[in-house]
Amino acid sequence: MLSSLGSAAGKSAKPSFVSYVTPEEIKSEKEPSRKEKHPDLLPGEVVFCSASTVLKYTQDDLSQRGVFGALLCTNFRVSFVSDEAPTEEMVRTAVTLNNGQFDRSLHRYEDKKKLITGGLVKNKYPSKIIIHCKDLRVFQFSLTFAKEEDAKKIFQGIVHHCLEPKSLRCLFAFSYCENTSYPEGIGNDSTLCFSPPEVQRKKQTVMFDSVEDWTQDMKRTKGNCRVVSENSNFELSPKLPQLFIVPTNVSDEDLTKYQGKGLPMWCWSHHSGCGLFKTASIPLVQEDNVFCRMLTAVAHNHLYSVKTEDLSDTLPTVQDIQLSYNKFKQFFLIDNTTEFWMSDMKWFSSLDNCGWLDIIRQCLQKAVEVVECLEKENTNVLIMGKDQLFEEGCILFDKGWPHILCPDILFDIYIFFTLLENVCPTMTLVTEVNSPYQPVPYTLYPHTPSLTVCLSWQAESPYTQRGPLNCLTVWDWSVQFDCKAQDLFTNPLYTEKPKQDTSVRKSYRPKHLRQLSLPSSAFKTPPKKGFFKDEADNLKKILGVKRLSRWMLSPSSDSPQTSSSVREFYEAWQTKPLDYHGLLLPCLDGPSIRVWMQRYLRWIHDVQILGGGPVAVLSKISEILGEVQELQRELDRYGCTLTSNHKGARPRAKTAAVIAARSSVRLSSSFPFVTSRNWSFKPAIPTSLLQSLMVTGMAGNLANREDDGGDPESLV
Amino acid sequence: TTALVDIPAVSMPIETSVVCSGIQTKKNHSYYQRKVCKTWVCHNPPPPLWPAMSYLEFNVMTCLNFLTAKDVTYICPYIGALRGTLTVTNYRLFFKCMDREPAFVLDLPLGVVSRVEKIGGASSRGEVSYGLVCKDIRNLRFAHKQMEDSLIKSIFEILMKFAFPVSNGLTIFAFEYGQVYPENGWKVYDAQAEYKRQGLPNESWRITKVNDHYELCDTYPSTLVVPVNIPDEELKRVAAFRAKGRIPVLSWIHPESQATVIRCSQPMVGVNGKRSKDDEKYLQTIMDANAQSHKLFIFDARPSVNAAANKMKGGGYESEDAYQNAELVFLDIHNIHVMRESLRKLKEVVYPNIEESHWFSNLESTHWLEHIKLILAGALRIADKVESGKTSVVVHCSDGWDRTAQLTSLAMLMLDGHYRTIRGFQVLLEKEWLSFGHRFQLRIGHGDKNHTDADRSPVFLQFIDCVWQMIRQFPAAFEFNEYFLITILDHLYSCLFGTFMCNSEQQRVKEVKKTVSLWAYINSQLEEFTNPLYVNYSNHVLFPVVSMRHLELWVGYYIRWNPRMRPQEPVHQRYKELLAKRAELQKRVEELQREVTNRSAASSSERAGSPTRSITPVQTFV
Repeated sequence: MLSSLGSAAGKSAKPSFVSYVTPEEIKSEKEPSRKEKHPDLLPGEVVFCSASTVLKYTQDDLSQRGVFGALLCTNFRVSFVSDEAPTEEMVRTAVTLNNGQFDRSLHRYEDKKKLITGGLVKNKYPSKIIIHCKDLRVFQFSLTFAKEEDAKKIFQGIVHHCLEPKSLRCLFAFSYCENTSYPEGIGNDSTLCFSPPEVQRKKQTVMFDSVEDWTQDMKRTKGNCRVVSENSNFELSPKLPQLFIVPTNVSDEDLTKYQGKGLPMWCWSHHSGCGLFKTASIPLVQEDNVFCRMLTAVAHNHLYSVKTEDLSDTLPTVQDIQLSYNKFKQFFLIDNTTEFWMSDMKWFSSLDNCGWLDIIRQCLQKAVEVVECLEKENTNVLIMGKDQLFEEGCILFDKGWPHILCPDILFDIYIFFTLLENVCPTMTLVTEVNSPYQPVPYTLYPHTPSLTVCLSWQAESPYTQRGPLNCLTVWDWSVQFDCKAQDLFTNPLYTEKPKQDTSVRKSYRPKHLRQLSLPSSAFKTPPKKGFFKDEADNLKKILGVKRLSRWMLSPSSDSPQTSSSVREFYEAWQTKPLDYHGLLLPCLDGPSIRVWMQRYLRWIHDVQILGGGPVAVLSKISEILGEVQELQRELDRYGCTLTSNHKGARPRAKTAAVIAARSSVRLSSSFPFVTSRNWSFKPAIPTSLLQSLMVTGMAGNLANREDDGGDPESLV
Repeated sequence: TTALVDIPAVSMPIETSVVCSGIQTKKNHSYYQRKVCKTWVCHNPPPPLWPAMSYLEFNVMTCLNFLTAKDVTYICPYIGALRGTLTVTNYRLFFKCMDREPAFVLDLPLGVVSRVEKIGGASSRGEVSYGLVCKDIRNLRFAHKQMEDSLIKSIFEILMKFAFPVSNGLTIFAFEYGQVYPENGWKVYDAQAEYKRQGLPNESWRITKVNDHYELCDTYPSTLVVPVNIPDEELKRVAAFRAKGRIPVLSWIHPESQATVIRCSQPMVGVNGKRSKDDEKYLQTIMDANAQSHKLFIFDARPSVNAAANKMKGGGYESEDAYQNAELVFLDIHNIHVMRESLRKLKEVVYPNIEESHWFSNLESTHWLEHIKLILAGALRIADKVESGKTSVVVHCSDGWDRTAQLTSLAMLMLDGHYRTIRGFQVLLEKEWLSFGHRFQLRIGHGDKNHTDADRSPVFLQFIDCVWQMIRQFPAAFEFNEYFLITILDHLYSCLFGTFMCNSEQQRVKEVKKTVSLWAYINSQLEEFTNPLYVNYSNHVLFPVVSMRHLELWVGYYIRWNPRMRPQEPVHQRYKELLAKRAELQKRVEELQREVTNRSAASSSERAGSPTRSITPVQTFV
């Protein structure tokens, strides 16, 4: 590559944010004059159709000019390669097409917008296409200048490949993983991490695909349950994962008898011993007995106490969520500036009306309730739900989850919002710093809202039967991001759990116990010998006679009282010193639940804060941290020079944010999704829509009054 | 159980320690002792946003204890009824409940009280109850047993007396407060020095003495910057055509383009469309002073309807016929009455409790953020014209002391990094708000019991809110932090400092300089008010995003009394720890460097000719 002078120059001129652009796109940038424009295809990627002289434009671009280029549709993405020397904005036009990344495509035909949601498109083709992506980007293309045949083809191609339902097998991930052992396209950039993803993965993320993983996690939380591997070939039930954990009291017979129906599955154990379990809803009337058995089994886990939480009763349904999200999403799919400022007027009430934040609050509240049971009352909790969506939400909210999941936890004040958006089931699990393209994250696949949360095991089951498949997971960040980009995942303020030897760790426990108030359940009696049997019988009696009514008292059955108990729980937690590695509770009051701006607003030009936003803090903090580290190293070096005359190691490179911060001092709030280079410094000034609207009616009299009653009074 | 004594107090300083968000801070406080009761000068615990929140040390000699009543119930909307002792001095109301751990303390400067009212008659339980409506978005309610003697009445009466000294012919406490601070806060702002910083006077602008004794305009400062070729005589004729004589004067000049921000009041056009050749010429001269542009933008802060309605009362706006090359833009910002009403609604929505389910709709119905948006948008347009358009702008509303002050000061904050420092911001307030006659006394109603006064309006609060919105959008661009803004607002009402007393520079010149300036207090503990993440981008213009999507209710101020809304994480503390760590390491590295230098010097003197090791200094990148 260095042999060509031009490309070398191009390389050195590469700005630091280049890491967010796929290498293949960079290549196209280097050879703009090439006749047949192609983005470099990933292994297994095939171009379906393409059209040249397509005009990409923005409606209110101040310059009012678009860019000509070629529009391509492959089995992975829709890509636009600019004719001109590509600007940054152009290169990132690649859109992942996979798995219906397109939300929907609109085409403008005879001045009418027509929504295309799939299905048959006749021989017509529109002059303009507006593409709404699932990541809320909006692209506008004009096909007026393209050859008719090409235009027709590309339009139909996009509609066909993006919007029509495809078999899962057609997803690009399958072609991708068949064609590559590990990504090659990225490997040749010198800035990248070299460790093969396989190795990295083992180091970083537990995939829960082996008995060891499960056992280890159970040990980590000091859980005492039993790993079930009987379903490794989906013999028990194709709906259950291959591996899972049940309470020890669930017998082999229980496993097989009901085809795994209603099995309480272990999620997490509190250090007091009580555990969190989940199960699919069980039809109560018919299989009361099963339920009793299972409940007893759960109760046996710790102190014979259990609370159930039926999520299908207390949380919005999947349909509700979908509906709400569809409304919510529209606020961000904005075609032009006028529309944006129009919607700005009623922003808050629209937010309220779509109900999205309320759903998030409910979800969080439920999670807090569950945590309260575990933490305060030390009862086992069994979460039931037809769909298992919210369970995940609740589970993630346990304090254990950071260790289970990923390294990029933001322990910021925004933690809850970040988490929460991750948790919310209808969304892709897009981490805060996502690339402008989304290549192959297998784990993200079960994508459609009505399906499941993106936990791999759930999607895995139907396919694994066909033979082992080794799709890449999203946790292999190196597939998508280079080291610099991955640095942005880390919260510089995150404090690692202080390493303690075991003896110290034991003394750590009582600190928590102090927080625990007495279990409020009827089984307050301390566990003593002989207790188990008696009480177990007792329990069965109660369960049998009272038909569970007592047990079915879910924490939220009488809402005013519970919400006040949650309130108290929160307030009590608030008064204690914050332990970053202990319990963290979200604040649920109105103003605390906010829209996750960085995700939703990142593509909207008018709301990008040039030189501000959270990235300003992030880069400053990283900078200070970098300095601290450098000083530390320098100290070490001096230590060396003073004793022996050794030269210390050179200071390492700074984090990406710092480098970016220094290369272009003014980052925008949308960094790293959008960089500000091409922008004019013009501020976004709201289009004047007469605001006197609001005054008429409500405060008309006041508005017309004089500012000052009379002459200025003198001071008394 | 009640003491109503008036004996000179014996004082001795003691150490009180206060726990704020888990951090122990020790502060030296004065301590006030009476024969019967003790008044503790203590910290106000409700918002432990920042360490060492203090309602200041007290000058004992001037603080008189007028009433102490035991067994008073404070009905807290969050905790419930609390029994304790209530003390009223000529400065504050102090309530302490010892039953709780930690002790509950309520410490309220009386200046914050907007009105005191009795709630209901004597109840069946023989209790009287009264409520205090406060200017800082809270209401307090107290109750206590009706007693035989008339002392109960006296709580109410004493509150009525000392909360509203102006109405009772007493002096405001600021005039008695005698604390000595290391710095004289009144020296923070020197008009001449500030204009000099801006490069004034220059070939186009001069400083005039015409208002030295406030005879041209009694609500303007004595130092004014006007175009060089307009003599003082002409200024007087211009003054005749501008409301209250508030002629167009320079507020800020762009260091490169020489585009200026000019402020004034409305022209006295009236129904007949009166014109003034002097005024027209004057604005033309202002335009000509900037060679970069052949245009002048006049920003009228009002909605056009209101501006037109003002013609009925002799006012109005510049017609584009009369003022050639000028373009008039209305910024649609509403008047003080609309703003007052909006804040009242906001208080209803946020205090004491927040209704979760319709939070955003309720917030929208107050229109508070909509007003903030309009003000910010106006300032943004002004800043954009000056910076991007290199055009001079004239800003006015009706009188040019409310909306105009908001707009010019915000635009200057966007344009000039100096105003984003702590001292620079003080200068900005002193200049654009205090010297140009924002009528603080009238808008806040210091010590005045007439709480329905139509002249009151949260204009300054709105401005500070706008600044907060900017801090949020540019977290590293301001040297000061949120606590600085909150402190300014707290002392806007507290009547402890003279800074926000009176309505104009003229009034302030005489008496107020005897009081202590708020800046004396603030500059004595700058550490508290400093943003640890500040990066000095002095030459950067900040263009905030004024979309509702980025505007947020200032929870740390409006909802700070609600304990649930306290921040979950002491992020600021983390930042400070990080910086402290850096400082410590730097120090150690420097020490080692010195040691290395000494050694190598020693060794090189031993072995002459060996090259000395060059040591690169520790660099800090900003």
